Amino acid sequence: MKGFVLAIVFVAVLFLGNSLLTGGLLPGFSVSPYFLQVVSLAGINIILAVSLNLINGFTGQFSIGHAGFMAIGAYVSAYVTAAFGDRIRGALGMLPPTFQNSALLLIALGIGAACAAVAGFLVGVPSLRLRGDYLAIVTLGFGEIIRVFILNIDAVGGARGFSGIPRLANFAWIYLFAGATILVVSRIVRSSFGRTLVAIREDEIAAEAMGVNTTRSKVISFVVSSAMAGVAGGLFAHYLMYVHTNSFTFIKSFEIIIMIVIGGLGSITGSVLGAVLYIVLTEGLRQFAQYRMVLFSLLLIVIMIVRPQGILGHRELWSFFPRRRRVEPVPPAVAG
Amino acid sequence: MRFGGLVAVNDLDLSIEPGQLYGLIGPNGAGKTTVFNVITGVYRPTSGEISFKGQPIVGERSGKITRRGIARTFQNIRLFGEMTVLENVKVASHCRQTADLASAVFRTPAHHSEEKRVDLQSRDLLKIFHLEQFADEKAKNLPYGSQRRLEIARAMATLPRLLLLDEPAAGMNPQEARQLMELIRWVRDRFGMGILLVEHNMKVVMGVCETVHVLDYGATIAVGPPAEIQRNPKVIEAYLGGA
Repeated sequence: MKGFVLAIVFVAVLFLGNSLLTGGLLPGFSVSPYFLQVVSLAGINIILAVSLNLINGFTGQFSIGHAGFMAIGAYVSAYVTAAFGDRIRGALGMLPPTFQNSALLLIALGIGAACAAVAGFLVGVPSLRLRGDYLAIVTLGFGEIIRVFILNIDAVGGARGFSGIPRLANFAWIYLFAGATILVVSRIVRSSFGRTLVAIREDEIAAEAMGVNTTRSKVISFVVSSAMAGVAGGLFAHYLMYVHTNSFTFIKSFEIIIMIVIGGLGSITGSVLGAVLYIVLTEGLRQFAQYRMVLFSLLLIVIMIVRPQGILGHRELWSFFPRRRRVEPVPPAVAG
Repeated sequence: MRFGGLVAVNDLDLSIEPGQLYGLIGPNGAGKTTVFNVITGVYRPTSGEISFKGQPIVGERSGKITRRGIARTFQNIRLFGEMTVLENVKVASHCRQTADLASAVFRTPAHHSEEKRVDLQSRDLLKIFHLEQFADEKAKNLPYGSQRRLEIARAMATLPRLLLLDEPAAGMNPQEARQLMELIRWVRDRFGMGILLVEHNMKVVMGVCETVHVLDYGATIAVGPPAEIQRNPKVIEAYLGGA
């Protein structure tokens, strides 16, 4: 019950916040569209970072193909909206326009995520039996294959990109899904299944010897992670209203890896921190013009030398604030 | 079991009854750990059959074999270092759980009750192995003897019918080894599983095992109760020297 109430409050705050920030709530108060865009894109990065951390951080599998699944989510959801948007809106004619748009967005995102999940499965099953560097190269390859494949489909714009996507996503939707991603990933991690993932990271042979079906665990986490990347892609497309495969190269995959490494592999709050920090740095350093990337790279090098485990390492943010321990009743002793 | 030109284990005829304490000894390089690895599916035997509870298990993945009921410990400890002691044991009980990932994501009542059950069972297991005080400690921080016990506790969490212990007494002082012997006997009496023990510590082997199987250069040179084995001239020549 408490969870439900919190969720509703969270959603309300987001949508009110969105109205406030875009100037629709308090007359005369709004933030610059640039600022709002940076914050919104940060939200998309959060979804990408947290979902990738499930594979790279918690399961210890080195995947560099995340942008490929984001691309699938982006293009499939954009196509659903473009090709079937009117029909879907028509079918929901009895609802007010905002609800029609919301439903359309959810349907498009859902289908995009499902396609990304299928792709995750097809890529994951053959690749996840490979170790370390080999998996990295294979996922890198698949990411590029997906991108080039999409690039050659004229129906979604090909080399001109896909334009004319309706702006169905906004700050509120993006952070709604960011919150959902964080919630789902943290529930997965704090479960028996999540323990098998960490066990695989620590010692895959021992995990297998303890009865864990390691292939199944790895593939499932890979599929879930890809689906989330697909959601991020869909939100990206419906926020910027235009996508091009150039946004989904391996460089994008590397960017997400940088985010989770800075934040701390194996820490969900770390990924959030890393995603936010990444955008703050890339935008904040714009004032240095041509020295931006030099400074950025130097900063990364310094962070990796001074704190190689990332800002939060394996820990979550709240573990730095010790809570009073609840005294729990001791279970009855078992004879022996 | 042949690795290229090297025959690691040759003509092995070994059977273990339910609840039997079976020891496997032999000089270093005799093929004992290879036997373990073949039984648990880490290696696929180049010839021969293995059956467990009447079912052939050759060629199955080690995870599947563990789920059938054969658990093992490792000679060089392979704990999940960054996980706590309690979590190490909980991972091993995953294969005996029924609640799935969906129930974890939606935090259903089934998920909560299963988590509680696993928590209690795992803590009980820790108590049996005198590890409950380390429950929230990272496994890599434990003293060596405790890590060895945790290896066994973890294997037990898979609820095996056959437990394979790979040199559990390695690095233990005489007092720890004696406690280990009592623990092994107690575990067999309480849970009734068969135990296959590979060990160099002769006191432990002769004191715990009901049947001892001696290997030398991959071949069986004697099988029998400890008293017989200790008197067997071939065994003395190959291995015991003066036990």
